[in-house]
Amino acid sequence: MITLIDLHKAFGANRVLQGARLVIPTGQSMVVIGGSGTGKSVLIKCILGIVKPDSGTILIDGQDVAKVPRDAFLARFGMLFQGGALFDSLPVWQNVAFRLLRGSLATPKVEAKEIAISKLRRVGLSPDVADRLPAELSGGMQKRVGLARAICAEPEIIFFDEPTTGLDPIMAGVINDLIREIVSEMGATAVTITHDLTSVRAIADRVAMLHGGIIRWEGPIADLDSSNDPYVDQFIHGRATGPIATIR
Amino acid sequence: MIRFLASVGAATLAALASIGRLAMFVADTVSHLVRPPFYLREFGHALLQIGYFSLPVVGLTALFTGGALALQIYAGGARFSAEAVVPQIVAIGMVRELGPVLVGLMIAARVTSSIAAEIATMKVTEQLDALVTLSTNPMKYLTLPRVLAATLVMPILVAVGDIIGIMGGFVVATERLGFNAASYIQNTVNFLEPLDIISSLAKGAVFGFIAALMGCYFGMNSERGAMGVGRATKGSVVAAAVLILAANFILTEAFFSA
Repeated sequence: MITLIDLHKAFGANRVLQGARLVIPTGQSMVVIGGSGTGKSVLIKCILGIVKPDSGTILIDGQDVAKVPRDAFLARFGMLFQGGALFDSLPVWQNVAFRLLRGSLATPKVEAKEIAISKLRRVGLSPDVADRLPAELSGGMQKRVGLARAICAEPEIIFFDEPTTGLDPIMAGVINDLIREIVSEMGATAVTITHDLTSVRAIADRVAMLHGGIIRWEGPIADLDSSNDPYVDQFIHGRATGPIATIR
Repeated sequence: MIRFLASVGAATLAALASIGRLAMFVADTVSHLVRPPFYLREFGHALLQIGYFSLPVVGLTALFTGGALALQIYAGGARFSAEAVVPQIVAIGMVRELGPVLVGLMIAARVTSSIAAEIATMKVTEQLDALVTLSTNPMKYLTLPRVLAATLVMPILVAVGDIIGIMGGFVVATERLGFNAASYIQNTVNFLEPLDIISSLAKGAVFGFIAALMGCYFGMNSERGAMGVGRATKGSVVAAAVLILAANFILTEAFFSA
């Protein structure tokens, strides 16, 4: 279970998180929605320790993440980045098996490549993609490779940062389905940030809406349309008028 | 007046903060030298990129500089009938100053810019964040191998530059200026002292450290977008070039002040 307690983070005068609180139950798929620039990515990066919160506490299974050994802590996570964030200089299979080729999970190269190819197959890519460079792949294929990398070391918790941004609707649907299937079969806890409502409905067990630096609403996906929260209503219906200012 | 003083104070504080950040970056880089894991493959790759692939540009720069130096010394020396000192001055000029400085500047242009652009692009495309999530410290994986490789390989590049520069002077002196080949080599070898060579190699190591460090520092601290990458690249080359020239003065003072 991931617990965020009163998280604050500011970049200069821009107060991005202003007391965010959220509980993400183990094995659940939580989708965090919110407009662009509301701090969704910062929230995830705080959990991962990429961004240090100004104040507040983050607990994973009751342990304060600021006090646990870093490598062991990070070994529990996988992350799919918005743009894929694949390493240009490495072939696809080395991107996927990156964690297996070095560090505490180091595995013989042949075995690591086999695992990478099996993960590529799992996300619908053929083995011949393995030796190509990321620049030779389409955007959708890069997302799949990023997904394969995120799941390669069988993490307990997976983050998905805008997994369908920049993809056509069909490819977005494929990625959504893959995420749902993979999270279910691995039994992992998933945290997805997106403003794509199709993704929300395809992926989420629970939804949280981040606005103004705090979680304004949180509940099961079934309650999203009947939240009676004016912020959520405006967001999911895409209205220009409402409590969320349209000029930011 | 108060506004002027405030702006001076702000600029001074900003400069001190920059120096502090750079000092912490250096300390962090050096501290990884004694903390495993070590990424040998990255180190080997950096050795190839910085060392082997820089050989053509280093060789050509040194060759033409040595040749031009011989012509200048001959022409200048002729004013007071000292044309015969060409071998000695080419040797001392290349080994003590021009070899290390020109190789350092060429490495700043070729390697520093490349490192800064690569790491800055990795930063803006979240590849650095991805490294962190994959339990890999970017300082250890990206910075240390490059800085260590540049520090170790630059003395070799400088030695190659020195030799080719002297050869450039030799070719011009023997083919155009009528020097005797055997006596030119004899004069060169006799005139150079061990300290000349040691200072040249030491300068190379320091310049290599500076060149790679600036590329990594500016790359890691790049701002977002194409403009951020451009600024990081430009800033890294300018900083590396200025620091190399400043370090050259300090090292020359340290080695040769009587």
